[in-house]
Amino acid sequence: MPRMRFSKTGNAVWISHLDLMRALQRGFRRAGVLLKHSQGFTPHPVLSIALPLSVGVSSDYEIADFELDAPTDLAALPARLNAALPKGIEILECYEDGEKLKHLKWLEARLTLIYDAGVPAQAADQIRTLFARPSLEVEKHGKNGPVTVDILPMLHAYSVTQPDETTLALTATVSAQNPTLNPLLLLTAIEAELPACKPDFTRCHRIQIMNEAFHAFR
Amino acid sequence: MNTKLERILPRVQKPARYVGGEYNEIVKDKTQTDVNVAFCFPDTYEIGMSNVGMRILYAVMNDLPWCACERVFAPWGDMEDELRKARLPLWCLESQDPVRDFDMIAFSIGYEMCYTNILNVLDLSGIPLHSSEREGLHNIVFAGGTCAYNPEPLADFIDFFSLGEGEEITVEILECYRRAKQAGWDKQTFLREVAKIDGVYVPSFYEHVYNEDGTLKQIIPLGGAPKTARKRIMQNLDTARYPDKMIVPSTEIVHDRMNLEVMRGCIRGCRFCQAGFVYRPVRPRSVQTLHDQAIGLLEDSGCHEITLSSLSTSDYRYLPELMASLEDYCQEKKINLSVPSLRADNFSRELMLKLQKVRKSGLTFAPEAGTQRLRDAINKNVTEEEILETCKIAFSGGWSNVKLYFMLGLPTETDEDVLGIADLVYKILKTWRENASNKKRGLRIHVATAFFVPKPFTPFQWEQQITPEEYTRRQRLLKDAMLSKSVEYNWHAPDLSQLEAVLARGDRRLCRVIETAWRRGAKLDGWLEYFDYKLWMQALRDCGIDPAFYTTRGYAEDEVLPWDSIDVGVTKRFFLRERERAYRSEITPDCRAGCAGCGANRLLEGGVCDA
Repeated sequence: MPRMRFSKTGNAVWISHLDLMRALQRGFRRAGVLLKHSQGFTPHPVLSIALPLSVGVSSDYEIADFELDAPTDLAALPARLNAALPKGIEILECYEDGEKLKHLKWLEARLTLIYDAGVPAQAADQIRTLFARPSLEVEKHGKNGPVTVDILPMLHAYSVTQPDETTLALTATVSAQNPTLNPLLLLTAIEAELPACKPDFTRCHRIQIMNEAFHAFR
Repeated sequence: MNTKLERILPRVQKPARYVGGEYNEIVKDKTQTDVNVAFCFPDTYEIGMSNVGMRILYAVMNDLPWCACERVFAPWGDMEDELRKARLPLWCLESQDPVRDFDMIAFSIGYEMCYTNILNVLDLSGIPLHSSEREGLHNIVFAGGTCAYNPEPLADFIDFFSLGEGEEITVEILECYRRAKQAGWDKQTFLREVAKIDGVYVPSFYEHVYNEDGTLKQIIPLGGAPKTARKRIMQNLDTARYPDKMIVPSTEIVHDRMNLEVMRGCIRGCRFCQAGFVYRPVRPRSVQTLHDQAIGLLEDSGCHEITLSSLSTSDYRYLPELMASLEDYCQEKKINLSVPSLRADNFSRELMLKLQKVRKSGLTFAPEAGTQRLRDAINKNVTEEEILETCKIAFSGGWSNVKLYFMLGLPTETDEDVLGIADLVYKILKTWRENASNKKRGLRIHVATAFFVPKPFTPFQWEQQITPEEYTRRQRLLKDAMLSKSVEYNWHAPDLSQLEAVLARGDRRLCRVIETAWRRGAKLDGWLEYFDYKLWMQALRDCGIDPAFYTTRGYAEDEVLPWDSIDVGVTKRFFLRERERAYRSEITPDCRAGCAGCGANRLLEGGVCDA
């Protein structure tokens, strides 16, 4: 099954997962490439996106699998699709024989913490100390109401830097599936445990996804 | 992106509707254009982007190289709260520039319940509400759409109205404004000039004088204004601008598909239906034009669904040819072709079976009234036999879902008519028992009743609306008569329809009521989440206005009507004649069967309708 890698940036970050599916399906039609449709009463185009992004999160590494109605030159497909997609969605490559999705294991994300009045003193160190604890319980919304999880076993690596007066950059590699850690839970932990380090606003960006061996997932 | 906005977006529902950037959006460099228009549909993005008129005029305005037209919609309540908290002015989607920076603000007004949204949009933009408070040429506010046919409840807020179909008149208005801006006219000079354009109505050029009993005594045109302003129509729909590239929203909207407008006007003449009269005369598009537009739009948009829309698509003369011309393409490309508003006649039955090949949707009828007598009175020319015959074919073809729409409170309605609805439903049930191919699935009949709202420019424009209490009594009477488990009965609450009647037939005194209601918090009144009846009743009391004056009182035939300064083509004489026929339960055959002499043909060059 052919696979595409794409980015979702700018105002496109506000497009929800379901709407993104629709946007991609329409992009294919506009590009004159018909997706294969499922059989049955209401045929659906065969297209699925791995690891749906939360609304508002940008990404340079999104993966979607699809099937085409007729053979098409995959190398030429990104350019054709990009001419037909809304601003902010860019197909980076299309290829065959991608890795099995079950090998998708890690996700590298960057949280940009913005402090309007300047980064609080020692904030970076406090965050490092926080993630160095033996365990870190965070409350998250589960299917049956709030549940508490220890996020640290799912946090493989992280770094905290301060690029300027008002910004902290927290880059983290977290478990993408089985189990899944939403990188935004790192922010939840900071806000709960270090109220003085609560940022005024945070941007979240997915840098890449990786297999079990920490290689970029193909 | 504006940082304040970036911080708000994660907190609001469906943020994609506030950022623009959709496929086919038109972004112009506004330093290079002469006239910039903020084009507003005063309801949510999902509703506004589904409006075909909006899409046509967006193309028409942006076709002008010297004009930039950008979109703005009413924000949902959560977004409004955030905007007010952050002191952010409302912006247009394309450039995210504030609405107040635009030369003109154009509203497309489709229904009465969005009136408070107009005030809210102006206020959120930081633009003074009243025409009289806006001096100079900046922020000229004008409006069109169906509600412009009775513009009086908005007279204080809107500088001028554009009546009828907008493809040509909008260009003329913008050209006039461009001249005004270049020559540095004042607002009065501009209004005097723009009023010379056919189809423009400037409310401040008319004085309304009332009798002691509150009825209108006289409408006095001032400074040489014409007695009436006549709506504009397009003479030829094949040459009229229809966008070949439409914005494809990145988030789901109400009508999330491409729309083909197969004709304008309606041949039927149902006596309660405002659209059926104000969009006359009937004008079809040719099969060739529609075929090309359909394929062009589908290829360009990437949509997999297209609707053949009009007020009554099964009355489109060339429907079989059009469907045949699109059949192969749709099949090959897996496109859904949908035809709404089918009638229960023979032809539609065949069509229904044909469409079933793609997808079996529900079966929907709008008999509107329960007895033949009342259906004849409202000129809804559908018979019980036709409904039952269609049901029979559908049930034997495997359908098991029927929706039926009725109105309660129609002129001359009696309890017998109300119970006639239950009787018809029972007969449908019986038809199912006798004909269903698969009884295991069971039958679902959804019955819905709405509360009749008398509208301007219909034969029922003078009628009394029954009281909400009486509507509720009739609704209960019907409910108690439909006991079958297969029947699901939904009814509209009467309060919204009562208010709709007040606004639809309102005069200038309602401007204050709308403003008062808005100041008390009314907005998004078309939405159950927001509509607050008590608040509106309080606003009416505050202004010393009795809603009964506009509803249960009824208007006298010799009374001056607030909308008498507007000419939609169809004559008052015709409406009176139709009203008489209604009282005699006498039908008027459709336009194709014979011209009933409504007068709309006078709008056509040559004066002959192609019904």
